[in-house]
Amino acid sequence: MIPERIKAFLLPISILALLEIWARAVDLKSDSLAPPSAIAAALVKAFQDGSMLTATRDTLISAFTGLSIGGAVGLAFGIALGIFHIFDRLMEVTIESIRPIPSIALLPIALIALGFGYRMEITIVAFACVWPILILTRAAVGGIEPRLIEVSRALRLSPADRVRKIIIPAALPRIFLAFRLAAGIALIVAVTVEIAINPIGLGAAIMTAQQALRPDLMLAYLFWIGLIGYLLNTALMLAQRHLFGRAALVGDSA
Amino acid sequence: MNRSVLYWRAASFAVAAGFIGLWQFIADQRLVSPVFLPGPDRAWASLVRGFASGDLLDKLLGTLEHMAYGWFVASIAGIALGAMIGSSRTMRSYVAPSLEFLRPLPVSAVIPVAIAMFGLTQTMALFVIAFGAIWPMLLATIHGFAAVEPRLYEVARSLHMSRLAVIFKIALPSASPDILAGMRLSVTVALILSVVCEILAGLDGLGHWVLLSARSFRSADLFAGVMLLGVIGYLTALAMSLVEKRLLKWRSSGH
Repeated sequence: MIPERIKAFLLPISILALLEIWARAVDLKSDSLAPPSAIAAALVKAFQDGSMLTATRDTLISAFTGLSIGGAVGLAFGIALGIFHIFDRLMEVTIESIRPIPSIALLPIALIALGFGYRMEITIVAFACVWPILILTRAAVGGIEPRLIEVSRALRLSPADRVRKIIIPAALPRIFLAFRLAAGIALIVAVTVEIAINPIGLGAAIMTAQQALRPDLMLAYLFWIGLIGYLLNTALMLAQRHLFGRAALVGDSA
Repeated sequence: MNRSVLYWRAASFAVAAGFIGLWQFIADQRLVSPVFLPGPDRAWASLVRGFASGDLLDKLLGTLEHMAYGWFVASIAGIALGAMIGSSRTMRSYVAPSLEFLRPLPVSAVIPVAIAMFGLTQTMALFVIAFGAIWPMLLATIHGFAAVEPRLYEVARSLHMSRLAVIFKIALPSASPDILAGMRLSVTVALILSVVCEILAGLDGLGHWVLLSARSFRSADLFAGVMLLGVIGYLTALAMSLVEKRLLKWRSSGH
């Protein structure tokens, strides 16, 4: 029997090997494909001249700034809506009519209001990140054991203390899950905005590589973007498991 | 419907109307330049005008068409591939880890590759939308097939059912909640990617419409397009959850 760990690598390795052999056999000249060895060389070269790092930095700055802003707004509203039921019911129609707007549809609005650059991208990322955090925080706060709230009332905690000492700790595992999902969304939206229109970051770099007819560089960027997405997701998943134990992963299907 | 629920709903609509009033006020007082922010009256007028002239309807249908084709292809391929991979333990252990690696990939990153392969064409959009929308369904189907109660498979074996019969009579119904949830997620992905492809390739659709409106600073048309995209997002999500509820009725009534 082959161990599971090795089985996982067999498929990608054999695909890469076949691609390499085929590309060499037919002496591939293409605008969209390149042999894996050329992709690896392009990746190394892009790292050496620093262009890969600059692009990665730009994308991550936009994604994380947007995530922090959107996350803070979503968290504040989520907690408020989860605590004050009246507020939740009053805001329902407003929230449900803004939420379904695809974040990328705001791109032209952000473009004319803010122009190209970080600010426009951060705004769109923030808008996209508000919703998952708001919805999941609201559910998490609403689902807190009612007796904990009673305790806080019996202790006569001030509202600020009640949020800080009871509500946030009790809802934290699910808020972290929301944060993890939103981090994935932030990266996706940032790259999408860059590919569609914004001339900074990894998305713009991969578009430039395509327009320059450099399939090796384009695929190197594609691989690198995928790797960042995977590493981000894995790191946050590990952090979640480490901080909150396996229980936190229950009900995590997304 | 309960009476108090109705009152709350009315109050909630009143709050939303209040926000629209505030928006109108800000636009009227020119607190924000009208170049960026048209009042709701101008946006609404533009929406009505767009539909009256048939322009906006064409764009709307264009976007819906891109979404529908891509989503349809992705549904068929996603469920078929998912069934193939999910129903075999060997396939799962070879293929699933690679899929897990690809899952967090920002799908829009394949757009340049698709452009290099197909140019700025409808085929490119179809490929990108289908590729993006396939993931939620593929992974949900694999998960659903892998989570089928093992005893059901034992029953199938003792009844000497063929593999196809097992898939259609046992695995698919049992995995249907996962698959439907995946299909619902995919609709959203398909909408977003349709807009991106229209923006990039200039294909007929709302994405192209909002970009052109922004370029020529017709902010009322721009807002009309964005509102329409929100409506699409809302209605498709609503339709999917109604379908889901209807198809999964047997589950809740069984208990």
